[in-house]
Amino acid sequence: MQQIINFIIRNKNFLLFLSLFFISIVFTIQSHSYHKSKFINSANFLSGGVYNSLNNFSEYLNLKSQNKLLAEENNRLREQLFNINTTKDSTFTNTTSSGKLYKFYSANVIKNSYSLIDNILLINKGQRDSLKQDFGVITTKGIVGIVDKTSNQFATVISILNSTSKISAGLKKTNHYGSLEWDGENPQIVQLVDIAINANVKKGDTIITSGQSSIFPKGILIGTVEDFKHDIAENFYEINVKLFNDMTNLEHVYVIENIHKEEINNLINE
Amino acid sequence: MNNSLTGHIIRFFTLVFAQVLIFNHVNFLGYINPYIYILFIAFFPVKNNRALFIFSSFLLGLSIDMFLDTGGIHAAASVLIAYIRPVILKSSFGTIYEYQSVRFNAISFGVIITYITLLVIAHHLVLFLLEIFSISKILLILQKTLFSSIFTILLSIIIYIIFSRNNK
Repeated sequence: MQQIINFIIRNKNFLLFLSLFFISIVFTIQSHSYHKSKFINSANFLSGGVYNSLNNFSEYLNLKSQNKLLAEENNRLREQLFNINTTKDSTFTNTTSSGKLYKFYSANVIKNSYSLIDNILLINKGQRDSLKQDFGVITTKGIVGIVDKTSNQFATVISILNSTSKISAGLKKTNHYGSLEWDGENPQIVQLVDIAINANVKKGDTIITSGQSSIFPKGILIGTVEDFKHDIAENFYEINVKLFNDMTNLEHVYVIENIHKEEINNLINE
Repeated sequence: MNNSLTGHIIRFFTLVFAQVLIFNHVNFLGYINPYIYILFIAFFPVKNNRALFIFSSFLLGLSIDMFLDTGGIHAAASVLIAYIRPVILKSSFGTIYEYQSVRFNAISFGVIITYITLLVIAHHLVLFLLEIFSISKILLILQKTLFSSIFTILLSIIIYIIFSRNNK
């Protein structure tokens, strides 16, 4: 017994180091798995508050470009509004005309990140504004990610630039769907895999969300085909998709709630 | 003693906020960021309580992780370099370290550069290994380590020069 205590006292620094290192590794492994309960995240009072007050200053710096984006969106929506009878295949028709399938909330990105492998954003809406896990996040141009952790005032968003993110997406012109992933290299380019080989993919084709996941409605824009190749087994395409969104410059985003989500999930789980 | 304690606490918070509010938005060439918060670990007094030093390094890393949503990678890398700092001190300072009398503002410039370089490379290697977490992307890990290390070392030396002049 004496010897054990002596050993602990002699090696107390090493044991302290080992236990702290172990704790950090556990946190790291948790952060690499999708939707695991993360103990350390930025959607708390302290870091959320700091980022929020920083954003209060920095949002003035790109007011001009953000105004331009919003004006472009207004323009597009107005065009849709006036041509509503003629353009049935426009992207937002499915969701807005029915009005009851999806609810939209607007939010601001207060922390953006795109230089890591697992990028996570922070937005300034949370439980107080009835945001929950697995709500989709989009901008006027395309998709951004999926809500992960929520606190009272803030929520973290798993960006599409995250190695754990998998979003169901496909070609606009046919109904071939695969999943959207990111290899961690270029923040403008994401990868679409598992598209069947008989889909006739061409450079410049538009990629949209599939609407199969109960997170995003069908038809949210993602990007265009940059280049493509066959996978090793020659059964599927591996497509590089150039995003419409500039993920390095995000400010105004919309959070989408699927009102029938619980019903859909219950049905799937049965 | 009390005075130096408040000094450390101020330095801790200044470095954390400087890191998350300024240096993490540099994104040079798209992904290169300097991690200058490890200056706290580099210039922590040598004679102090070692357990306290390791624990405060852990807290430093963990607060960076909280702001950046990176799990525990900064905490792990910080704890590791805090633990192996004596080895690095010995290899860069040689015999001065043996007498336990290292004072960072009375040491020649070249030695400081070696010391910071060793510390930064060890820290960044662990950091990017844990961030990317895949051996198949070893080239990406090495590439990120190299570029970010160069950036961090340059900035650390600039900060060291600015603040050591003030002290004299």
